[in-house]
Amino acid sequence: METLAFILHNLPAIGERTLEHISIVSVAVGIAILTGVPLGIAITQSQRTADTVLYLGSIVMTIPSIALFGVLIPLLSKFHQGIGYLPAVIAAMLYAQLPIIRNTYTAIRNVDPALRSAAIGMGMSTAQRLARVEIPIALPLIIAGIRVAVVINIGVTAIAAYIGAGGLGTFISRGISQTDIRQLITGALALGLLAIAADYSLLWLQRRVAHPGKAEGASIARRDARLRA
Amino acid sequence: MIRLEALTKTYRSAQGDVTAVDEISFEVEAGQTCVLLGPSGCGKTTTLRMINRLVVPTSGKVFIGGVDTDTMNPVALRRTIGYVIQQIGLFPNMTVGENIGVVPRLLGWSAERIRKRSQELLAMLALDPAQFYDRYPGELSGGQAQRVGVARALAADPPVLLMDEPFGALDPVNREVIQDEFLRMQQSLRKTVLFVSHDIDEAVKMADRIAIFQSGRLAQYAPPDAMLAQPANEFVASFVGSDRTLKRLRRIRVAEVMTAADGAVDTRELGVRPSDDLRRVAALFLETAAESLPCIDGDGHIVGRITRTAVASRLGAQLRK
Repeated sequence: METLAFILHNLPAIGERTLEHISIVSVAVGIAILTGVPLGIAITQSQRTADTVLYLGSIVMTIPSIALFGVLIPLLSKFHQGIGYLPAVIAAMLYAQLPIIRNTYTAIRNVDPALRSAAIGMGMSTAQRLARVEIPIALPLIIAGIRVAVVINIGVTAIAAYIGAGGLGTFISRGISQTDIRQLITGALALGLLAIAADYSLLWLQRRVAHPGKAEGASIARRDARLRA
Repeated sequence: MIRLEALTKTYRSAQGDVTAVDEISFEVEAGQTCVLLGPSGCGKTTTLRMINRLVVPTSGKVFIGGVDTDTMNPVALRRTIGYVIQQIGLFPNMTVGENIGVVPRLLGWSAERIRKRSQELLAMLALDPAQFYDRYPGELSGGQAQRVGVARALAADPPVLLMDEPFGALDPVNREVIQDEFLRMQQSLRKTVLFVSHDIDEAVKMADRIAIFQSGRLAQYAPPDAMLAQPANEFVASFVGSDRTLKRLRRIRVAEVMTAADGAVDTRELGVRPSDDLRRVAALFLETAAESLPCIDGDGHIVGRITRTAVASRLGAQLRK
């Protein structure tokens, strides 16, 4: 009850923190898409490069976020950006790389070789083949990678409250330091809802870009049968 | 129209060089269908893929319409060659109409022209454009998908068609139907077709010429009837099968064997048409004791007779030659 009263009282602040959170996550994931998708496509050309890149990506994933923030502070202090928004975005962007690169790489690699062969045989250049065939077919899996990256980043950004980046993590860090259960629950609840909302909307997008397969074909066949009847 | 000159492909492997295709030379005239026939691993598909340069030859040349394909940009070259593969390879992210329009779009045709052409091709391949144009490949049966595959290859009206076991994945009934449709279309389109197959019956049915491959080498290059009558070696003989005489029946028309005769039709007598092939004649000779059969044209007039002796001498003639 107390928590509910706190939430209702602080709606504007919660909204503001949510927007901060979304801003960090979207900028980080945006940059990660712009770098990770081309990289994921590029490494399909060489098994060795792919292994190296995916290995490095996995190493980044094993670094605890709080440690990464610690490393970024002295590095970015040289530009007077040791704490706050920039290190939060950089850390989140690094964590987003692996799921995006790995899914892009796997999706392009898994495009049926017969389709590649047909595309080349019909006279598509490499760029045309990527743009018209391979990327559209790989898109659902690439978006699945982006979904994972977004959900990871919502969590990472919560920790970024400790380096003064703002966001919903602020409620949790204050809740802990002030032993205020109301703030703790508010932060956790808002983060949970944000993660679920992001996950579901990207899942919707992922399904939308998937090309109609056998299942939908069956339903269309049924509809046609009804129309004929 | 298409000329292969000592075409060779050698692959490097850990065990040393492997020659997949060994100095293949032959020529296919414009408007003819040449079937590349042989067991798997004999180099027929590699040969086909060297023609549109999906595989780069180690040595040798391919001329299309007198032009050395080495001198052409591979991407531009491929847009002038229709390509059909066994796995069909329709792009699942595009509708049937978009799939057929791929090459015309690459060539920069107007949207209206592409749409008209796609619908015309669907109709030609016995698929109702109104029903199929906007469908996705995932919603098609195997036979429908392969028809779309053929339509897509024909879209920009290329003079040359390469088909890599195009009907290999279809069930026997569907395969017969689509083979017949293709033969009917080919009669008016007159494309120069190179067709890979491992099925001797398909080859005999479709080919003007058969190129039979034996571990990377060309074992024989001949019209189906000549190959069946006179296999060049043991390998060809065993590949075409011991029933090769029966297979020849399909490719010989009654009109080629009948002797002139005229007169009224005796309605009690079974007859054949001049356009029938000898399979029907052989069946009737086996079923009845008749020594000869009347050949009756569409109007019911007797235009000739076909006798057992004439059939036997036609089948034997090639052997004596």
